[in-house]
Amino acid sequence: MANREDIMAKICELIGPFNNKGVDLTASTTFQGDLEWDSLTVMDFVAAVEDEFDIIITMNMQAEIETVGQLADAVAKLMDS
Amino acid sequence: MTDLLSKFDPLIQERENLLATGVKDPFSLVMEEVLSPTVAICNGKETILLGTYNYMGMTFDDDVRAAGIKALAEFGSGTTGSRVFNGTYSLHRDCEDALREFYAMDHAMVFSTGYQANLGIISTLAGKGDYIILDTDSHASIYDGCAMGNAEIVAFRHNDVEALEKRLKRLPAEAGKLVVLEGVYSMLGDVAPLKEMVRICKENGAMVLVDEAHSMGFIGENGRGVCEAQGVIDDVDFIIGTFSKSVGTVGGFCVSNHPKFEILRLVCRPYIFTASLPPSVMATASTSIRKLMHSGNKRAHLWENSKKLHQGLRDLGFSLGTPEAQSAIIAVIMPDLEKGAMMWQALLAEGLYVNLARPPATPANMTLLRCSLCAEHTSEQVDQILGMFEAAGKAVGAI
Repeated sequence: MANREDIMAKICELIGPFNNKGVDLTASTTFQGDLEWDSLTVMDFVAAVEDEFDIIITMNMQAEIETVGQLADAVAKLMDS
Repeated sequence: MTDLLSKFDPLIQERENLLATGVKDPFSLVMEEVLSPTVAICNGKETILLGTYNYMGMTFDDDVRAAGIKALAEFGSGTTGSRVFNGTYSLHRDCEDALREFYAMDHAMVFSTGYQANLGIISTLAGKGDYIILDTDSHASIYDGCAMGNAEIVAFRHNDVEALEKRLKRLPAEAGKLVVLEGVYSMLGDVAPLKEMVRICKENGAMVLVDEAHSMGFIGENGRGVCEAQGVIDDVDFIIGTFSKSVGTVGGFCVSNHPKFEILRLVCRPYIFTASLPPSVMATASTSIRKLMHSGNKRAHLWENSKKLHQGLRDLGFSLGTPEAQSAIIAVIMPDLEKGAMMWQALLAEGLYVNLARPPATPANMTLLRCSLCAEHTSEQVDQILGMFEAAGKAVGAI
């Protein structure tokens, strides 16, 4: 059973190297707005998340994920299925 | 009232800022006269063309032009119809025959553009519940084909064989899967490791589509593309290509040996709901395709040109998109858009046209000066080109 807190912590760890703006990470941090990531950085980051949790995040799913919290929810759901 | 165009204000501002620095607009250049596949008149000045996709120089071939003129005279200016209604002439059938001969395959379907071929084939083959797996550097037409359809879309890091394999293994075993690859990626001019990738696709029960837009006519012993050159053409389910590069006109196609292929003509919307190509375009394409079957010497000369330009630019100190020449595209990496635009303009002033490529067209936010060679470029022209790069590079401080 995937622990959402552990997932959140791992995601924040993975965001680290891409966090050029050095923003504080909370569940409501947005990838496009707060982190100012372009679409290519998003793709590289998503690939890292997929490999870390051994899941697939389709492009349709990515379109729905705007915040760090939403990503953690999506990962938890994918790991449970 | 909300102005629907106000969403483009940041882009409008960026363009105005760039043009205010004094550079000419790289995206509004007009070719006043086109003298040959390699020379045009731009801004009243004779200019070497190093930014076309006229890889085999077929646009001015005598037989190709004669065929076009004859078809225009005999069949008129256009079909005014879709392929499934009144828009299939004998010339359209003959063009599909020429493709089948070129590839030695059973089926060929001609679309009005390569963009429409990708749109149509990708959105139709993969449906709801299926998966499309594509390289992150894929062309816009491939992404748009994915967006137009109802399949789940999974991207993998550019040319990363392991990343492709990991994703295939995570997908449900019984789901339909289409892996879309390109032979040559058009921004950096780099080739895909198709040999390994196609093997992995087959091991994991996926069908494979390879877009050989930038390799058809040039790469592979018969010009059938990178999958031919890497020995995997028999394992590829669908090959997509274009007439707007080596073939020298406009149009797109899909070839395949799949026994059920022909039904696609009745279910592919970008094939059905659009006008078919004019008779003269079909005639020039057929003639060009058949000539490309026997163009080994031209292919060899094009490789020589590409290798010479690549080495020469490296020796001058430019940063290039590939470690060696892998195709007819040589990408020069610029530090930023401003420097790129200055260099593009300096080259134009020297009498050389190249493509200035920038995001979102380019990977990793790069600004590129994309050079593409033609089999008709002489060795002397390549020397001239290197001289122009040296002069312009020093003038703007790029080298």
